[in-house]
Amino acid sequence: MPVNWCRSLVFIVSLVSTLTLAGEGKLIGTAGLNQIEGSGGGGIVPWATLAGYDSQEQISVNGFTTQVDIDDYRLNVLGLSASFYDRVEVSVAQHRFDLKTLGGDIKQNVYGLKYRLYGDVVYSTWPQVSVGIQHKELDDGSIATAVGAENSNSGTDFYLAATKVHLGAIAGFNAVWSITARATKANQLGLLGFGGANNDSYQIMTEASAGVLFSRHLAVGAEYRQKPDNLGLGEEDWFDVFVSYIPNKNLSFTLAWAELGSIAGAKGQQGLYLSLNGQLW
Amino acid sequence: MKNLIFVCLTCVLLNACASKNISTYQQLGGQDKVAEIVDNFITEIEFDPVMFEFFKESDINRFREKLIEHLCLLTGGPCQYTGDTMEQVHGGMNITEANFNHSVDLFINAMIKADVPHPIQNKVLATMIHTRDEMIYR
Repeated sequence: MPVNWCRSLVFIVSLVSTLTLAGEGKLIGTAGLNQIEGSGGGGIVPWATLAGYDSQEQISVNGFTTQVDIDDYRLNVLGLSASFYDRVEVSVAQHRFDLKTLGGDIKQNVYGLKYRLYGDVVYSTWPQVSVGIQHKELDDGSIATAVGAENSNSGTDFYLAATKVHLGAIAGFNAVWSITARATKANQLGLLGFGGANNDSYQIMTEASAGVLFSRHLAVGAEYRQKPDNLGLGEEDWFDVFVSYIPNKNLSFTLAWAELGSIAGAKGQQGLYLSLNGQLW
Repeated sequence: MKNLIFVCLTCVLLNACASKNISTYQQLGGQDKVAEIVDNFITEIEFDPVMFEFFKESDINRFREKLIEHLCLLTGGPCQYTGDTMEQVHGGMNITEANFNHSVDLFINAMIKADVPHPIQNKVLATMIHTRDEMIYR
């Protein structure tokens, strides 16, 4: 069923993107992607930018699908987001985390809301700044309970992000950076529940992205996401390097190499991250 | 993998330092290229129904002359801008952010058609973006 879902989404995205004239108020490549939890951002980090090319008079709707295939696990993400007047973004994402070696999967839904507080990522002197929340609801908390999570139902992350594009900054190429502070109790995005024996209170984690746009259609960069180790299972910080191809404002493809460290006792998890982003409206 | 990124970044940064003393105007190729971009931009506007609305009452020859002066000045060229302020020119036009951003796309098209290399395009845009606040929602 999820595979069919995925295929239909890809089909719809490619079909709609060729038919509709979407909100296209931003410079190509500066709208970013939908990150794995559905918020506008890079691959693993939410940015201050809203997903989609809407400007202050426009609405945009984005669909995306992402797969992160690492040694012992595979994360499949499907999501939708809508941005209103470059001010408010709502998003929903479904995670299915396949346990490749153990069998079975873990599912959760992530509901996101983001509000732009200040600025324009390209045009304002200071970086664009946004606040957001990501509310996560686990479908079945039995694995979270088994690994020792304090809460195996749901949790909410809060973040503050600042993002800036510098035109022509590096040898004439546009550069983008983003930094995020996230208050979270989530273990491995929430897939392993929230809180644990090691720690059961909110902690502030730092996340960051940096990239260079080598043309209007090609972005290359790296990301970092600090993680708490609430369960005492040696959860580690995440790191990735990515290449995004942006043929037009309605479509982007991202390929990344992700190093996700130890996950539920399985060490050195790394592999490919693939994402297809489409602006539906 | 991490080392590779640092090596790349270092190369790019070194490259950036090597060319910093020449003005964007010179890198662009001087007055002829500035005029070519402005002419292309005017053509882009003529064929764009939304943008053309803003210009249908305008004296295009004056617009051309003043924009060439302004672009020359902004990119560090030896020119004087003799036109009205951006606020005066755009006041009452109710230019929205969407209109402005769309005109930036047209301006990029104008530079592409004038064979301006991608890095120089970005440098030109960087010299112009501060005028945005003087142009929109007025």
